[in-house]
Amino acid sequence: MKSITVALAGNPNSGKTSVFNMLTGARQHVGNYPGVTVEKKEGQCTHRDWRITFVDLPGTYSLTAYSTEELIARNYIQEDRPDVVVDVVDASNLERNLYLATQIMEMDVPMVLAFNMSDLAKRRGLEFDLAQLSQLLEMPIVPTVGNKGQGRTELLDAIVETAGAERKERTHRVTYGGEIEDELLRIEETLGKADGGVVARYGRRWLAIKLLEQDEDVTSKIRSGEVLKTVGQSVEHLRDILGDEPEIVMADRRYGFISGACQETIQSSVERRHDVSDTIDAVVTNRILGLPIFLLLMYVVFFLTFKVGSYPMEWLETFFGMLADGIVRHWPQGRAEWLQSLLVDGVIGGVGGVLVFLPNILLLFMAIALLEDSGYMARAAFVMDRIMHKIGLHGKSFIPMLIGFGCSVPAIMATRILENRRSRLTTIMVIPLMSCGARLTIYALFIPAFFPRHWQGPMLWLIYLIGIVLGIVAAKVLRLTVFRGETTPFVMELPPYRMPTSKGVLVHTWQRGWLYIRKAGTVILALSIVLWFAMNFPKPPADRLSGLDAQEARQEGLRYSTVGRVGLAVEPVLQPLGFDWKIGTALIGSVAAKELFVSQLGIIYSVASADEDSPSLREQLRANYTPLVGFCVMLFCLISAPCVATVAMTRQETQSWHWALFQFFGLTALAYTVTLVVYQVGRFWL
Amino acid sequence: MSEAVKVQEKPPQLLSTAKAGQTVRVVRIDAGRGLNSRLASMGLVANAELKVVSNGHPGPFVLIVKDAKVVLGRGVAQKILVK
Repeated sequence: MKSITVALAGNPNSGKTSVFNMLTGARQHVGNYPGVTVEKKEGQCTHRDWRITFVDLPGTYSLTAYSTEELIARNYIQEDRPDVVVDVVDASNLERNLYLATQIMEMDVPMVLAFNMSDLAKRRGLEFDLAQLSQLLEMPIVPTVGNKGQGRTELLDAIVETAGAERKERTHRVTYGGEIEDELLRIEETLGKADGGVVARYGRRWLAIKLLEQDEDVTSKIRSGEVLKTVGQSVEHLRDILGDEPEIVMADRRYGFISGACQETIQSSVERRHDVSDTIDAVVTNRILGLPIFLLLMYVVFFLTFKVGSYPMEWLETFFGMLADGIVRHWPQGRAEWLQSLLVDGVIGGVGGVLVFLPNILLLFMAIALLEDSGYMARAAFVMDRIMHKIGLHGKSFIPMLIGFGCSVPAIMATRILENRRSRLTTIMVIPLMSCGARLTIYALFIPAFFPRHWQGPMLWLIYLIGIVLGIVAAKVLRLTVFRGETTPFVMELPPYRMPTSKGVLVHTWQRGWLYIRKAGTVILALSIVLWFAMNFPKPPADRLSGLDAQEARQEGLRYSTVGRVGLAVEPVLQPLGFDWKIGTALIGSVAAKELFVSQLGIIYSVASADEDSPSLREQLRANYTPLVGFCVMLFCLISAPCVATVAMTRQETQSWHWALFQFFGLTALAYTVTLVVYQVGRFWL
Repeated sequence: MSEAVKVQEKPPQLLSTAKAGQTVRVVRIDAGRGLNSRLASMGLVANAELKVVSNGHPGPFVLIVKDAKVVLGRGVAQKILVK
């Protein structure tokens, strides 16, 4: 058995993922490329007596140093040196797709071209002379239809054959024209004299091409001043005689090479006509209809995620409830009760509390996969762009924000659809301001406690609205300060609509769902345990508890614990907001999960069973606080410190504690300021 | 000679002023190097033929380039000179 590694490259929307799924089936592993949040997918398959590992490179149009994805794809090919690179091209849009192929060819790796969606191309009236094109490009070409599983064996055959074949020098390659070729030669010559190691690694011609293109990544690898000087002179010289940047002229020549190859090998029997995609686009990107259609679809996604998802969610809640009950019932009396509490309140409460959202998450990711695979997502971004542009974000940012009304955790994961890092970070930072489902339990407790019936609806609406307005303002401010920088110019392809395949959607959904499960099992588990200890230790000495009933003892225990002490300690800080230590303690507990705020208050006010419908807790609140304080509590819970799961997710998705802490403290400071102003001004008026 | 006459008849204009349904040819793109190369990778290079699908006014712009539908922000469309 021989083992080889094969990289899959291709344009976004070329059907690369479906080819990857076709080749590897379900045996895939999703991770991240080191240091960045670009997904790295790997999969295996065996063919004849070869074991093949496939690496799915990010979908790119080119291999420049201008975007992370392109740099990753390029570095993988150059540094990990896969045995074969399969370039998946959309056969119905060949010229544009071959642009990437010409750049991979220059890296001098064995290649196979997967002519994907060849059925579609045929229907469009395109006819290919594959034998001749294969000869021109000097690589095997295999027609495939990834989403129907066609061409798998042929593609695998071509891969192993290419891997086993002897390497030959290319005879056809992109020639950049006399002037540029002269300069390339000059740079190659100086390169030979210096920087031996780099040359051996990347190849002389490729280096020369990239240097002439003034590629920052490659330029930074060159140590020799002489080489850099030569490059500078060459660029200067070419600019003079060509009247343009060399890299632009070089891009032009690549297209020239491609159209030369295509002219001889492609016959188009029909002109591009108004097709189905255009008809759909005429409706969904219509100036007047576009927005309502988008909102309707988002409503469907929302409904699917949180209404349909609420049934399996209830089953899971029941399951965790039974699990907790079972442990309590079968626990040996009087032995290691702390361990019982840790398991039930800490682990099941914490991890279970997050896992119950799994059905919602899976449904949500399924909906997103459907929107993405069908090609609608690009249209959504198009429709929303006009509005989001005003706050310095892309149209696509709207989708994760909307999800944030359900739960911030999947919302932050959903920001992966944003390519630009600054937009992505801005979106992540403001997502917690979209009031999530867990915070609804707090409002459901407080609003009826303090406000008359006819004010309850508008009050809830007001809270949500405040979150949205703050989110918009915060995004705008962040884009002007921390994440300053030009909005990336909006350039995006609108891929043709395609029918999503159930396999593709399921694979997509499961991969992301699994990430969520893993998160719950690691970070959230650890943090739940820590918080449980802080809420239960140190234990008050026995004499403090004498004469107290069980409920009073629990209250005293909480007061004596680390969390309670912190609550007492921060009371002076919270006083200007109208909060006492009891609210402070509950607020700290709510960092574990927002809904814990309600149960914590329940413990403090010695209410036997506390939930948002508990009438006695509401009476207690009414007796102890003014409506203004009640409103301020809701305001603070809305804005302040996102829950532990959100912090952990921000940490994972930004790959840095820096941003997670910035979000945590930034939002808390914002909450403090806003609440302070509202309370102090309100107290003056009321 | 006829080439020169043509240019005189149809002076280059900004892509952002082109109307829906028009087919134009790129003369030059005045963008920074990063954007320039991104546009090139999507087929937007000098001499490329573009079909304007919609001039979003004031929103983004939709074109067909080399058989693919591409959306450009207005800012980008203002950097492309066509005839």
